[in-house]
Amino acid sequence: MTATEGTILTSADLAGNGVHGNDPDVHGKFGRFGGRYVPEALIPALDEVAAEYEKAKTDLGFLREFDHLLRTYAGRPTTLTEVQRFAEHAGGARILLKREDLTHTGAHKINNVLGQALLTKRLGKRRVIAETGAGQHGVATATAAALMGLECVIYMGAVDCERQALNVARMKLLGATVVPVTNGSQTLKDAINEAFRDWVTNVDHTHYLFGTVAGPHPFPEIVRDFARIIGVEARRQVLELTGALPDAVCAAVGGGSNAIGVFHAFIEDEGVRLYGYEAGGRGAGTGEHALTLTEGSVGVLHGARTYVLQDEEGQTIESHSISAGLDYPGVGPEHAWLKDTGRATYEGVTDEEAMEAFALLARTEGIIPAIESSHALAGALRLGRELGPDAVILVNLSGRGDKDMGTAMKYFNL
Amino acid sequence: MTTLHAVFDKARAEDRAALVGYLPAGFPTKDGAVAAATAMVEAGCDVIEIGLPYSDPLMDGPTIQDAVHRSLTNGTRIADVLRTVEGVAKSGAATLVMTYWNPIDRYGAERFARDLASAGGVGTITPDLTPEESEPWLAASKEAGIDTVFLVAPSSPDERIARVAACCTGFVYAASLMGVTGARETVGSAAEGLVKRTKANTPLPVCVGLGVGNGAQAAEVAAYADGVIVGSAFIRRLLDAPDEKSGLVAVRELASELARGVRR
Ligand SMILES: Cc1ncc(COP(=O)(O)O)c(C=O)c1O
Repeated sequence: MTATEGTILTSADLAGNGVHGNDPDVHGKFGRFGGRYVPEALIPALDEVAAEYEKAKTDLGFLREFDHLLRTYAGRPTTLTEVQRFAEHAGGARILLKREDLTHTGAHKINNVLGQALLTKRLGKRRVIAETGAGQHGVATATAAALMGLECVIYMGAVDCERQALNVARMKLLGATVVPVTNGSQTLKDAINEAFRDWVTNVDHTHYLFGTVAGPHPFPEIVRDFARIIGVEARRQVLELTGALPDAVCAAVGGGSNAIGVFHAFIEDEGVRLYGYEAGGRGAGTGEHALTLTEGSVGVLHGARTYVLQDEEGQTIESHSISAGLDYPGVGPEHAWLKDTGRATYEGVTDEEAMEAFALLARTEGIIPAIESSHALAGALRLGRELGPDAVILVNLSGRGDKDMGTAMKYFNL
Repeated sequence: MTTLHAVFDKARAEDRAALVGYLPAGFPTKDGAVAAATAMVEAGCDVIEIGLPYSDPLMDGPTIQDAVHRSLTNGTRIADVLRTVEGVAKSGAATLVMTYWNPIDRYGAERFARDLASAGGVGTITPDLTPEESEPWLAASKEAGIDTVFLVAPSSPDERIARVAACCTGFVYAASLMGVTGARETVGSAAEGLVKRTKANTPLPVCVGLGVGNGAQAAEVAAYADGVIVGSAFIRRLLDAPDEKSGLVAVRELASELARGVRR
């Protein structure tokens, strides 16, 4: 692989002046979604990040450094695993897992984090802050901060601190300060609010290392570009293995970074169907879910216009999911756009379906997935039965389940 | 109905700054908010901003978050916000709504502008609406005849200040410091420079908010700004009071102290 191939830009992208098929406009709009709805105080910082990223993304030195870190530190390329015993439960369709669980720190989050940590250094900032739900983005950020000698503060909802206690300990060991957020629903959405409050106060020396493809422009674009290596690699690997593109690509959708990461390289492949699975929690209609795209309405949350779980007066409705990483009432604007244009399909997977898939993959393949990723696995089981035994389905296994053992012990009485 | 224009004319004629007080609707109770704001006006506030409580107030510090949370727990709805505006406008103050964008977006920009004008409101302050996204709101506000106030910050470059100010009518809100709402020991040192830079870009009055909490600070800001905005300090008085009656007394005292400050 050359330095530019497979990272944020492929050599083909560079030939096309770095413009991807699906870039937002100058205001960060994907169709009617995205943009910036933030305090004016943050506009110069967002402009600064956007300008620096514009320079970085065509700077071969930057791309090489990123590529080097991905290969020698994060463990890329990640492998593609065909799971035949698991696939027997999916009507016999072929299921291929993109193994982001095998990256350093155990989830796809490391890709974006390494890219943004390098960007932080280019910006001349010495401190990073981040929000985290499952703790995977927090762990990845703390890891990159340790590696690059940056001060690191992680905001995490108090409820999430409890259900992902192991990750809190990891972050602390890595030298980060973890701030439990006790207001609102005490989950990811409130952690993001608190991180923004920190950022507006400390913006002169701090970069907000945003963890998903949501938030104000340019975060949806930057996080996507740093995550798109997942799909770039997977597309090549599936072609090598099967001689053809997959029929469908499945991913779990919280904020949407692992899903965009794996979708993006396939967007122009019209024959490849894209499926995003949101957390259905206790089920649609129970009011206890995170079905932002499937049940939500268009509004503004955390700086962008997108689908939101909100009441008729625009108050955010608290989400619910057994998986902390999907427990978010918003979603990245590019997904909102992919939904509206019909390019991607979004469906819900309940807590119960996800936990079944979680246990099934462990027993049939010896792989313990993250509960987030288990939503994509459950979706693939459903989709396989629909598409039949000839189908080839690529699933982004976004992370591993070590962090979820507490939840699993309770759920399965282990 | 008192307009912002009339407020600043009067203050200028009296050679002082205007005093702007903030309270969220529904805090400490629905009626309590009207009573507290009315007391603030009687003791010297020229303008009242009624906050529209929102579930995700990412520009607010702990004091306003606390008040807003209580208000939402009290079941405050947009109809209550409009009723609060109606009640407060009767006191003779120019009454604005301060709100994050999503509640207006959801309610409908034209409908909100119209309903606010009918309630006697004279405009809005929208802290997370950027000029790039402001078009629908500017059009709706113009149609309804209400003012639009946007914020500038110490980090804003001059060309950005010009852009924001071009969206404003009534006045420009200058955030005194980089941070969230809340009273501070000292008012940001960046405030005076920001007011100067803003005035170089607009003939509109410029009011300073964030961090002002007592008479001395009000006097300091009044020396260079057209208006002084105080929110968290009023809320603090209400939160700390053992009952509503003493809360009103405390709020009235603070308003008088601030009113003396802007006249020093
Ligand atoms: C393993 C894993 N998958 C998925 C997610 C959801 O985030 P996103 O939708 O941004 O990929 C998380 C978030 O914490 C995660 O840890």
